[in-house]
Amino acid sequence: MVDAIVFIVSAIIILGGAVGVIFNQNPVHAALSLIASFFGVAVLFILQEVHFLALVQVVVYGGAVVVLFLFVIMLLGVEEIERFDDEPIPGQRAAALIGSVLLLGVILAGLFLSGPGGNRGAVALTGKPSQMVPLTTDPNVVQLANDLFTRNVFAFEATGLLLTIATVGAVVLVKNRGGEDLVVDEPGTSVR
Amino acid sequence: MEVTTTWYLVLSAVLFALGSFGLLVRRNPLVMFMCVELMLNAVNISFVAFSRSLRDLAGQTAVFFVLVVAAAEVVVGLSIVVALLRRNPTATVDDFAEMKG
Repeated sequence: MVDAIVFIVSAIIILGGAVGVIFNQNPVHAALSLIASFFGVAVLFILQEVHFLALVQVVVYGGAVVVLFLFVIMLLGVEEIERFDDEPIPGQRAAALIGSVLLLGVILAGLFLSGPGGNRGAVALTGKPSQMVPLTTDPNVVQLANDLFTRNVFAFEATGLLLTIATVGAVVLVKNRGGEDLVVDEPGTSVR
Repeated sequence: MEVTTTWYLVLSAVLFALGSFGLLVRRNPLVMFMCVELMLNAVNISFVAFSRSLRDLAGQTAVFFVLVVAAAEVVVGLSIVVALLRRNPTATVDDFAEMKG
């Protein structure tokens, strides 16, 4: 019963945050709604006793990613209101709504309708449990670390390389070539 | 009331559809990026839910790698957005329709 209440409250927070991201005209408010959504997901992870991923969710998503978003918004000074009343492509919003509802319908149909052997719900999508790495009674962090540093050690090293490449790539992309100044730094043309 | 895996999967589907709707509707490149993050989170929810219901750790490992790749993707994507928006801070994605140098 407590689980259900926690789930419903965090689902409301997650979906409310998502709606806030989409319908806030101010990008700063959208980023703050995004934090709410990420924290709701972290609560759901804790509810499923996936403690390490909940921690990483808060630190990486709620911390680093959203701070990076806010940093870019304020660096560029793009926190002006995006007007919703002009629609550049006629009928685009209605088409987007229909497309998203159809996407949701397809996922839910796959979840509730199909399935081998008359199975429904989660089993319908996956079939028999795979048991690649069965869960044990060890603490969550210990299990995850054992799996990461034995079965997935090569992928783990590759993510280190990936992060290095991303850092170097960001520096190269943002580097100011040819003395082209930031618009917000020019006197008199400040956006705000 | 017991929270079953289906609850998590339905929530994940709704969040994914909301993210795709935002990605299609919004024109600010930063907000579109946030909607991509929402869709990634939706997938993470279903990975963890399946990991719990199938008693299998592989789903949680997948979420770990999704987190790392998402962090790298945000870094590169935001630097592209910075490179584009510093020329014209009021630009929307419609202004980048032609990918000419």
